[in-house]
Amino acid sequence: MPVKPANAVEVDHLSVRLGDVEILRDLSFSVPLASSLAVIGPNGSGKTVLFRALIGAIPHTGSVRWAPGTRIGYVPQKLDLDRDLPVTGRDLLLARMRLASAPPGVIERALTRVGLAPDILNKLVGTLSGGQFQRLLVAFALLADPTVLLLDEPTAGVDEPGQERMNDTVRRLQTEGVTVLLISHDLSVVFRFATNVLCLSREHTCFGIPRQVLTPEILAEVYGEPVGLIVHDQSPG
Amino acid sequence: MTSLPVSSLALSAAMAVAAGLIGSFALMRRMTLAADALSHVAVPGIGVAILLRVHPLAGAVVALVTGAVLIWALESRTRLATETIIGVVFSAALAVGALLTTGEELMDALFGTPSTLSQVELIAGFVGAGAVILFVLLARDRLIMMFLSSDIARTVGINVRRLSLLYLLAFAVTIALGLRYLGALLMGSLMIIPPATARRLARNLTSMLAISVAVALIATIVGGWVAARFDRESGPMIVSVAAVCFFLSLASRRTSGA
Repeated sequence: MPVKPANAVEVDHLSVRLGDVEILRDLSFSVPLASSLAVIGPNGSGKTVLFRALIGAIPHTGSVRWAPGTRIGYVPQKLDLDRDLPVTGRDLLLARMRLASAPPGVIERALTRVGLAPDILNKLVGTLSGGQFQRLLVAFALLADPTVLLLDEPTAGVDEPGQERMNDTVRRLQTEGVTVLLISHDLSVVFRFATNVLCLSREHTCFGIPRQVLTPEILAEVYGEPVGLIVHDQSPG
Repeated sequence: MTSLPVSSLALSAAMAVAAGLIGSFALMRRMTLAADALSHVAVPGIGVAILLRVHPLAGAVVALVTGAVLIWALESRTRLATETIIGVVFSAALAVGALLTTGEELMDALFGTPSTLSQVELIAGFVGAGAVILFVLLARDRLIMMFLSSDIARTVGINVRRLSLLYLLAFAVTIALGLRYLGALLMGSLMIIPPATARRLARNLTSMLAISVAVALIATIVGGWVAARFDRESGPMIVSVAAVCFFLSLASRRTSGA
């Protein structure tokens, strides 16, 4: 009987160079199955570049080994599509469903998992709030029944209630066994939800359990300035 | 008054369907101006073909396909925007084409000559239009993924580079289809104005594609008929009818704030 791998992904000595600029240098970390990894760091530290390297969208050195049978759902920070086009939620989800050869009913189930009402299907994506649109993209990613979700700042530009709903959605997916890799600027979310944290900056990288590695001194090194930090008494679920 | 044979009208209708479909995805890809500029690359191809005494449209097709491959290669090897690449390379192509082509030939290349088509032209035209329409219908979902986010498309398992090349080739073939009717200067307009009109009126992606095709068909058939009826150039008339459709759409209720 084959041994089930312990990690969803193992990254060894990953480096990425864009033109003459070295964006990521010699990164090594692993993400256990059904855990969550938060990636933090200042703007320009290479968080999105890391995600793009993990999905094979940009050339890199070193190795990225996904567990056998991994299905990746990716929610990028920005879309190439003009949101003012007459494109509805149904247009996007149907296209993804057909490509995944997913069974009927999968769209309704995905909407339920992210807490969206079915009427979102008939709405133009340009009329959705930031939070609704991000949850629609998560539902879109769920259609192919992913084992790993990569979320690039899913709460950026979303109001506070929308952020809470998104955080609940991510936490629920994790309890359902989905491995979550999340880029976030919100350190309180990192402390509340992340199993591990990877911090990126030009001079300093760190990896480990948030409460152990995210000391005020390390955060000051990563962000280049002191970071105010209030840690609530909650642990990842 | 002159009139075009039914076969030529049928081919112009097939060309319009292809233009309406491919143009809609060009709008998604934010490359509508590229449609205009890419059509200009046909002119040097026509000029070289005339110099070599081969069929002008064959020269145009070779030039357009070469242009599409060039865009594809530059897009993947440089970090320039597609619009920038096309704007530079193909404005230069129009200049070179104008130097190679003279007088009446240049006017025909720029504005089209919808005379009676040969058997070979008709067959090649229908095969080209059929291939473009079939490509869009079969690749529709993959094109949506690629234009939504090329990174998402990669995680879905789509070969983004290959699909991008196929789309650009379909784009080039569609321009070649319209050269007889609209010419190199105006063919791009038939791939811009119908989708722009559809964007104003449509309530979802399927209706956008349908309205875009309908506007391209109306412009081609009505414009072609009016041009023949009043002995005018067909290209400017087709584009004028399409422009009327667009301005009428401005009066409609906006559906998306676009």
